[in-house]
Amino acid sequence: MSEALPPAIEVRNLVKSYAGVVAVQNISFTLNRGEILGFLGPNGAGKSTTMRILTGYLPATSGEVRICGVPVAGQPDAVKRHIGYMPENNPLPEDMRVSEYLYYRGRLKEIPRKKLSDRIDDVLDLCDLTRVRTRIIGKLSKGFRQRVGIAEAILAEPPVIIMDEPTIGLDPHQILIVRDLIASLRGRMAVIISSHILPEIEVTCDRVLIINQGRVVATGTPGELRRDILGHSLYKLEIAGDLDALPAVLSAVEPTLKIAEQSSPDPVGFSTLRLVTDRDDSIGEPLMRALVSDTRFRLRGLSREHPTLEDVFLAATRRTWDIVGTPKSTSK
Amino acid sequence: MRHFFTILSHEIRMLLVSPSTYIAGVLFLIVMGLMFTAMLEEYSRGPVEISPAAAFFNIFPVPVLFMVPLLTMKSISEERRNGTMETLLTTPVTTFEVVLGKFGAAYFLYGLLWASTGGFFYLLRRFAGDFDTGPLIGGYLFIAISGLFFIAIGIFASSLSRNQAVAGILSFTLLFALLLGTYFARDLQILNHPSMAPLKLTLENAQVLQHLGDFSRGIVDARQLLFYLSGSVLCLIFSIFGVEAKLLHS
Repeated sequence: MSEALPPAIEVRNLVKSYAGVVAVQNISFTLNRGEILGFLGPNGAGKSTTMRILTGYLPATSGEVRICGVPVAGQPDAVKRHIGYMPENNPLPEDMRVSEYLYYRGRLKEIPRKKLSDRIDDVLDLCDLTRVRTRIIGKLSKGFRQRVGIAEAILAEPPVIIMDEPTIGLDPHQILIVRDLIASLRGRMAVIISSHILPEIEVTCDRVLIINQGRVVATGTPGELRRDILGHSLYKLEIAGDLDALPAVLSAVEPTLKIAEQSSPDPVGFSTLRLVTDRDDSIGEPLMRALVSDTRFRLRGLSREHPTLEDVFLAATRRTWDIVGTPKSTSK
Repeated sequence: MRHFFTILSHEIRMLLVSPSTYIAGVLFLIVMGLMFTAMLEEYSRGPVEISPAAAFFNIFPVPVLFMVPLLTMKSISEERRNGTMETLLTTPVTTFEVVLGKFGAAYFLYGLLWASTGGFFYLLRRFAGDFDTGPLIGGYLFIAISGLFFIAIGIFASSLSRNQAVAGILSFTLLFALLLGTYFARDLQILNHPSMAPLKLTLENAQVLQHLGDFSRGIVDARQLLFYLSGSVLCLIFSIFGVEAKLLHS
């Protein structure tokens, strides 16, 4: 990662609108070479649109995108030599053999004929496809098809790989294989992946970008996001008694401790509460002592929570809907 | 242009490994063979003025109207429907190369099918003795040149819709208008009005059946060549626009 090279992807104030609908509003981000970026967002957030603009397939309405320093709008052909792209749903021709397909794609990507067959052997090996190299693509299982798509994307060894939902529809075992495959690209290629499967992103990606309704909601490493959006630490409390008196007790233990969420009491009278605090170190012991010694409360459980990216994602997207002011139905 | 040959050879290869190509070829030869036999029956009954080759090529609109839409309708529609257009256009390939490659492959198959009817004339010559070969060469030349335009029309129709059936019907309609529509339209009374003179002239010169007659008689008119070449270039340019417009508005 030398300083002289321009960043792999540079996006500034990107806007895309279709026939009056704004799909992407003012997105900006930068991705360094060799980094893996996770692109998160609910359906219709503008993930696929942004990725298509990055590849030069769709023109942007305004804003600037540079891939390895090359502007996409000005030199789309040069940009296409720098990227490997796997679209949503991974479209593949049904009636070709795996090795034939890779050969054809390799020729289109201008890999010299001499190097191509060695390179195909390499990617087949890397993606564990050697067994199926002579099979017809249309007859392969979903996991194999997905890996054929990834093999195709990395075939020409481009500095930037863009994959739209590479793990969609795979079983856990296949997801593991695909995840390892993506992780193995770290350091060599800059990768953008979009996904709904949040633990995937958390394990694989160096950085995460959450977008909702066409805007960037949050960006950073998974750890940073947790802290920024959810507060520093989370505690889960199961308690019964006079809950109105609880905030005073809590602030006596730690001034920044607040109730973030409160459920209605279960049949036995216990409510589940989530507490947030800015403190990074554990305050479990003083908190427990204070609550147990107070006779107004009955305590059943107290634990420190490790928020998943899912919580961050839900909190972040909820926050934008509050800003935008359109409470959508939460079916997705 | 380097990708043109990659795409062309890929497309031709896909045609040659697909069973539907051979089925289409066999059916085409059966239909053409039946027509040829019926024509020979006519000759055996009594003297006929025109040469057998000229008579054979007179029925060319029938295979063209059915074959061209079937050959071309899936070329671009299917890529778009499967989403493989997206992967294709995110490689360093231009729309021009894609359209031209598809066109080349469809034209190759079209030419191959027509060339296979040459066997009929070989048999005729072998068993029925000599006949005038001039109209034969003229006829095949006409098929080769007009085919460029017809296939380009089919490709254009295919670039407009992601539905193969719609593309097929559209190219059938366009071909019908060009082959037979111009023939019927030229007798319309309204064209005799002085203000319609340019339109009448255009129609007079766009008589495809008339062109076939000229070619069979050995007349190769530069205006007719230009008509087919410019028509095919225009259709291919519109196909490129068709593909790109769908990207802008997708």
